[in-house]
Amino acid sequence: MPNTKYDQQMEFFVDMQRCIGCHACEMACAECETNGQESMIHIHYVDRASTVQTTVQVCMHCEDPACANVCPADAITKDEFGVVHTANSSRCIGCSNCVLACPFGVPQKQEQAELMMKCNMCYDRTSAGKKPMCATVCPSQALFYGTREEIQKMRPNSTPVKKFVFGQQEVNTKVNIMMPKGSTELKIH
Amino acid sequence: MFRLIKTLNRIALIKATVAALLVIVVVFAGSRNLQNYDAALIGYLFGTVFAVFGIAYRYSVWLQRPPTRLYWRRSWEFLLSKDFVPYATRSLKLFFRNILFQRFIYPRGKTRWIGHFLLATGCLIAFAVTIPLTFGWIHFTLDPDSDTTYIANFFGFPVSTFQLGSPMAFAAFHALVWCSVLVTIGAVMMMKRRMTNGGLIATQTFDGDWLPLILLIAISVTGLGISYDYTFLQGRTHQFMAVIHAITVILFLIWMPFGKFFHIFQRLAQLGANIYKVEGSRRGMAKCPHTQQEFASQTHINDLKDVTKDLGFDFTLEDGRSHLDFSPEGKRSALAKAHFQARKEGGHFFG
Ligand code: SF4
Ligand code: SF4
Repeated sequence: MPNTKYDQQMEFFVDMQRCIGCHACEMACAECETNGQESMIHIHYVDRASTVQTTVQVCMHCEDPACANVCPADAITKDEFGVVHTANSSRCIGCSNCVLACPFGVPQKQEQAELMMKCNMCYDRTSAGKKPMCATVCPSQALFYGTREEIQKMRPNSTPVKKFVFGQQEVNTKVNIMMPKGSTELKIH
Repeated sequence: MFRLIKTLNRIALIKATVAALLVIVVVFAGSRNLQNYDAALIGYLFGTVFAVFGIAYRYSVWLQRPPTRLYWRRSWEFLLSKDFVPYATRSLKLFFRNILFQRFIYPRGKTRWIGHFLLATGCLIAFAVTIPLTFGWIHFTLDPDSDTTYIANFFGFPVSTFQLGSPMAFAAFHALVWCSVLVTIGAVMMMKRRMTNGGLIATQTFDGDWLPLILLIAISVTGLGISYDYTFLQGRTHQFMAVIHAITVILFLIWMPFGKFFHIFQRLAQLGANIYKVEGSRRGMAKCPHTQQEFASQTHINDLKDVTKDLGFDFTLEDGRSHLDFSPEGKRSALAKAHFQARKEGGHFFG
């Protein structure tokens, strides 16, 4: 891929507690040219009956992506920068394996088009040295794209974590989640 | 070289060899022991045998991957069940709709579908015409009693006759010309997309996306060159035209198992995925413990638990359930709740 300007110093940092549910990122995501006007980011209430908390989820770009592993059509690939790309449209058979196996609940199946689509970190932008659309518009910095130094300065009481535990399974990712200072992992269940 | 042999997949190698030998057998059978074989096509035949070998090899390796193997097994199991008739009818309908007409591309973009449809139709008709010719199954002879009547023979048996210069003769002898026109228009439309769509520009590769289109256009244009030569140049450049056309086609055939064209064969799995979905929902749906909504078939969830285990993942939770029992929304909520809890325990919600 013609990706000469991908800046490996820049990283993605997510802090869902900061999400105010404004949907700005959702609108911005639809502007990303790699997903053709479809918004790929997920924002929803966590548990509407008991809290107004919303959460935001982008693809975590796993080191060993479950989505790519379970794909029967070899449609999902990870590039040399660790970006896990959306389904190759000539290969994807729309089986939804990836949708159901992704531990973060990221891929979406476009029923009509028999195609899975997901966040590919705005590859059209990041490969040109720019920030992903969502991170440029998030007013509360629940989504932040920048260097480690920048985030450390901004959030001295937090530590970025990229190790997640789902029962027996440990998942390491490229994208960070901001956790209390000193944390090394986030245990989901 | 030794390492290459060691890394070759034995099962795939056997299957590919059998497939290639079968092609040779049907060529002998169809051409009556090469009696009716047109020697000018021998280069194409070698290319085709290689392509069959390569495609069978890759297909077999592909089927050995756990998720693919599961879909393959399940598809046949559901198709060959007591519901054979409804599933076969459904698959046949979908074959026309999604394989021959590629209607699933339409929601991805109208011009994209038109471009792909033209290109694919041109290719499929061209395959239908050229494969029987290359295999020696079809050949044409002149009726001994009349020097203007052509006889089309299939497996050596005369199947139809037509008059030289008739519309039928014109259509039959120009079929590949129409195919070339369809393929060229389709490929140019697809190229235009690749030059103007920002998302495609960022993610496309030369060998993965451009080379297939360039190759298709090269085949079409050189093929048209042959017709141009015998229609307007009285065959003066025939040698040259025939050779460069053969080169482009043989390159295409040799490359078929490796590059983008392999998707033609992979696409059939979409029919299996469809049966799987229908049969799965008939057998019962899985309900997400978080959203309390049905989100996928229980068969699918159970199968995925096995497949992920085969692949070295284990999403089993301490209480015996699995993270895979949760719907995508349930999974995202579980993460958000765990994050909330961690922040709460850390003493600051906004660190
Ligand atoms: S977060 Fe999900 S979709 Fe993204 S790479 Fe990991 S498994 Fe794939
Ligand atoms: S939906 Fe497409 S990308 Fe996802 S697993 Fe199935 S074939 Fe692969």
